[in-house]
Amino acid sequence: MRYAMALNIGKCVGCADCVVACQTENNVPIGYSRDWIIEKVKGEYPTLNLHFESQRCNHCETSPCVRVCPTGASHVIEGGIVKVTENECIGCGACIQACPYEARYFHPDGYVDKCTFCDHRVSQGQDPACVSVCPTYCMIFGDLDDPSSEISNILRTNDAYVLAPESGTQPHVYFFK
Amino acid sequence: MKNISRRKFIKISAAGTASLALSGILLDATPKIADFFDKDPLIESDAERTPTYCEVCFWKCAGWVYKNRKGNIQKIIGNDNDLESHGRMCPRGTGGVGFYYDEDRLKKPMIRVTDAAGNQSYKEVSWDEALDFTANKLSEIKDQFGPESIALFTHGSAGKFWSHMLNSIGSVSVAAPSYAQCRGPREVAFLTTFGVGMNSPEPTDIENSKCLVLIGAHIGENMHNGQVQEMSTLLDRGGTVITVDPRFSTAASKSKYWLPIKPATDLALLLAWIHIIINEELYDKDYIERYAYGFEQLKQHVQKYTPEWAASETELDVNLIKNTAHEMAKAAPAVIVHPGRHVTWYGDDTQRLRVVAILNALLGSFGRKGGFYFVSKAKAPSFPHKAYPQPSKTWKDMLDGKYKLAGLALASGICDATVPDATGQIKYKAWIVNGTNLIQTLPNKANTLKAINELDLLIVSDTMPTEITGYADVILPECTYLERYDMPRVSQGRYPTIALRMPAAKPKYETKPGWWIAKQIGARMKLESCYQFDDITELIDWQLKKIGSSLDELQKIGVKVMERTDNMYLLPGENRTFATNTGKIELYSTALAAEGFDPMPVYTQHKQPDSGFYRLNYGRAPMHTFSRSQNNPNLNDLMDENSVWINPKIAKMYGFTNGQEIWLKNQDGIVTSSAIKVRITERIRHDSVYMVHGFGHTAKQLTRAYGKGASDTEMITNVKYDPIMGGTGMRENFVTFLTENPNNEEVEV
Repeated sequence: MRYAMALNIGKCVGCADCVVACQTENNVPIGYSRDWIIEKVKGEYPTLNLHFESQRCNHCETSPCVRVCPTGASHVIEGGIVKVTENECIGCGACIQACPYEARYFHPDGYVDKCTFCDHRVSQGQDPACVSVCPTYCMIFGDLDDPSSEISNILRTNDAYVLAPESGTQPHVYFFK
Repeated sequence: MKNISRRKFIKISAAGTASLALSGILLDATPKIADFFDKDPLIESDAERTPTYCEVCFWKCAGWVYKNRKGNIQKIIGNDNDLESHGRMCPRGTGGVGFYYDEDRLKKPMIRVTDAAGNQSYKEVSWDEALDFTANKLSEIKDQFGPESIALFTHGSAGKFWSHMLNSIGSVSVAAPSYAQCRGPREVAFLTTFGVGMNSPEPTDIENSKCLVLIGAHIGENMHNGQVQEMSTLLDRGGTVITVDPRFSTAASKSKYWLPIKPATDLALLLAWIHIIINEELYDKDYIERYAYGFEQLKQHVQKYTPEWAASETELDVNLIKNTAHEMAKAAPAVIVHPGRHVTWYGDDTQRLRVVAILNALLGSFGRKGGFYFVSKAKAPSFPHKAYPQPSKTWKDMLDGKYKLAGLALASGICDATVPDATGQIKYKAWIVNGTNLIQTLPNKANTLKAINELDLLIVSDTMPTEITGYADVILPECTYLERYDMPRVSQGRYPTIALRMPAAKPKYETKPGWWIAKQIGARMKLESCYQFDDITELIDWQLKKIGSSLDELQKIGVKVMERTDNMYLLPGENRTFATNTGKIELYSTALAAEGFDPMPVYTQHKQPDSGFYRLNYGRAPMHTFSRSQNNPNLNDLMDENSVWINPKIAKMYGFTNGQEIWLKNQDGIVTSSAIKVRITERIRHDSVYMVHGFGHTAKQLTRAYGKGASDTEMITNVKYDPIMGGTGMRENFVTFLTENPNNEEVEV
């Protein structure tokens, strides 16, 4: 089991429904977020390119956050999901420094928080909240170990890219068009 | 009656000791929103849920409100069976919970009082006192000036109950700004062409279309949910999107063809497209022969509108104009030249939308798969009541013979008719304002304030202390849509669909549902016979049973989709009569000709900016609706201010940096109340600027939204009225930049 997410930037309109859905699903306090939207524009008027990326924790194969965590609060669970155990986190912030994606933040209650791929939903057979609300159907979540899954198919047939590949983290959030 | 000579804006939160409790003093004791949430994840299959339909915009997507184990509202998820949302709310619908938790909400009824020194403030009163006051004042005005002197402005579900009350006393002046300030011109254009308006949601069959043409419509930034979803499926199928916009909109970035048009020249492009389609014989000959009236006149009429001429008017490449016309013809009839929604731009908007309608007719897309489908809608009876009295005057009489083809009351028209005319005659004496913030909605704020100053009575019923609330004589705090029943949503679409809204929680504070407020006032005005129900649930159940459902059923399923008996599209060779004068699709409009308007659209040039000025374009962001959502904690978190988009070449000229705060000043010398940050981007043409509508709130009691960004509406003082239907063209306003704060004094509203 290897969970991953693929986002079709050809369809994403950057509406941030994923951000607010995550907030209400996971009790993310106002003023913080586990996912966010980046707008990327290239070119000069009127020869332009624009796309949006809904970004979050990449649940990396070699996750620097887990490696640097002094208490083991940051850990990997089934399916490759990187999680933080709140009451084991001492809030040292080493993981925040280590993450090349700026995917982690200090929760006001005194621990580090981030995307969980909504493991509480995935274990019920549901998609993560962000995926399930997306009005453009641009997000696909699934198991890379299952060659017949939609996400495996997409990554086979599309020229997908990942963020900060040079950091060697082997991220599991992909973007394609 | 007592005449209030001047109606000053009152800061609700700061006026007098009585009303202090509204704002800050309990702040520390007020629980944070997070406290209402459950630390542990909500498991949907175990959670309590109630059906609703969304009130954040007019799309009214149906969904479920989930409560956590603490019994508090936690989240809103789309209803899978709903044809508007397909189980997926947009960010505003998902963030709707914030309206419930917003601690800035209106909390108690209030009445404006003036002390001996002439200072005005709000006094918190009981519901009985507020309702007695309201009913007494309304009765006085009705008796003294006639019921026609009372008008209702509404943009919310409770409007049905307020308008029922108004109709019951003999006034039909019920206006929604969504007509004259928004979609009115396209309704008249489609009515005069096809005999039927677009209404809402528009029957655009994007799901099955091969080619979608957007004229300034920014689907994806406007989150008209069903259309956003269908456009996404069109892109999946490899369909073509053509976007005409001086700004590189999100939709433009998804388009095969983007036409970066010179602002205010759209009509030239549209006429040239017709020229190409007719002259190259690309139109649907059988369709035109069978259904259309006036083809030969149209052919003659458009000869002068050549693509070469249009290229020079619009500053577009002539081949781009031709290629896109060919692309549309290739896809026909599965092509949609989208009617748009907010189309009140330059004053000749009905005519521009007529060209859109005519273009669709030539392509044979109206009533065809992948074009426009014929809508179906459940026939829901309205209230059981005795016949409404015949109004002695209607809103049309108030317009002095102008705007003959206006199909609905004009919000701006009522506003104008409240300001004394040359004879000093004021026609409206009382306004009821429900769920619409007129200050941020109507153009020309000075005129709106002038009208408000003339009123004997201004009643505001809303959930939030928006700008208009501060001018009220009486404030009737409504509970949010998550805390109330409303009449079921009976929407038009591919299939008749009904959806229920029921309370997920008890109303917070001392707020009440709109139906209850209107009914209480009605009862006090002795209109009992108009209210043959005690509780709204009786009325809902009665209505639902008439259309084949029941309250009980909808409480369980939320949404019911019913069968349709007629056809969604024209059948091959079908003979069909259209509801126009000729029974045909009118390329040549006999209705417009009869009223002395151009029967076929004529191009006129519009003013371009003077040196140092830039055309103000404005639009939507996906996470906000009008000026109603900026203070919602969840949606404010996604976008808390707007910015002014400026082309890098222009920004360089002024030496601007990204994020720099500036003020805007328009052609009439009006300046923005608050600063706005510069956003330097290639996505905007050099001759225009762009900002998202609805920001720059001046009401301090909106603690999150106050002073954040600037208000485009403040800059819209030049209004180009559409002579056909009274639409308020708002895109002939030009701004220049100020780097020093021009507001010496604190600006209130």
